[in-house]
Amino acid sequence: MNQWDFVIAAYGVSVPALGWLVLVSFNQMRRAEQAVDEMMRGRK
Amino acid sequence: MHAYANPARFLKIARPLTGLLGLVGGTMLILCVAYGVLFGPADYLQGETVRIMYIHVPAAWLGMAGWSGIAVASAMQLIWRHPLAGVAGRACALPGAVFAAICLATGSIWGRPTWGTWWEWDGRLTSMLVLFFLYLAYMALSRAEREADGETSGEGRMTAIFGLIGAINLPIIHYSVLWWRTLHQGQSISVMKGSSIDASMLWPLLGAAVGASLLFGAIVLMRMRAELADTKLEMRMRRLAAL
Repeated sequence: MNQWDFVIAAYGVSVPALGWLVLVSFNQMRRAEQAVDEMMRGRK
Repeated sequence: MHAYANPARFLKIARPLTGLLGLVGGTMLILCVAYGVLFGPADYLQGETVRIMYIHVPAAWLGMAGWSGIAVASAMQLIWRHPLAGVAGRACALPGAVFAAICLATGSIWGRPTWGTWWEWDGRLTSMLVLFFLYLAYMALSRAEREADGETSGEGRMTAIFGLIGAINLPIIHYSVLWWRTLHQGQSISVMKGSSIDASMLWPLLGAAVGASLLFGAIVLMRMRAELADTKLEMRMRRLAAL
């Protein structure tokens, strides 16, 4: 097998995993903080 | 450190810092990895597969750094009862697990053309796999303890104790290549002895490691902010339910 195939496979695994981690963490933060903002607006 | 024990004060700093760390870290990681993969030289022995190093090594460092963060946060939680320590420890778990998994996966892919095998039960590989399982156990214990306590933050003593005990694995991972010489190569970068890696590979590697570390910091801050917001919501719900 071509050595580049292994390089591509390694980044093919890493990039989606990192992207998933960033997206999940960002969405959880945004959703939770939006809910708090709505709660605070409701109190006012 | 206790100055930041107040969640409001912490959030005031964490909000602008999250975007800054994410942006600078992400850009640095992408540029350094791209430079190493596309323009870095091939290794005289390992050929093109050495380019896997630019993600494998930072992932290994951060897999271990994540548990170091858990251990420090656990100690702060148990000794000083720092109110944000438990939140910080739990926030390190998922990114640490993902980086440990990336390290294991890329190491396995790198091992096939270099060693002729996807996996070998050598000291470094096995202790890294143990670290990954420790992360899974930590997250399961944390969730179980919080559900049992009915709280979303603050407590979690068992999880903190587990975080401290799990740190025993860190020196085992670090010294495994010295204690059991099998397939995994020894240390190439040492604080005391310097580096045996050529500068053309070393600088993109260090840049990728710094970028990945900043990105890790941003992810931890995102997860801490999410948990603090969830806690605030839950406390409000409880107060309403009590009325």
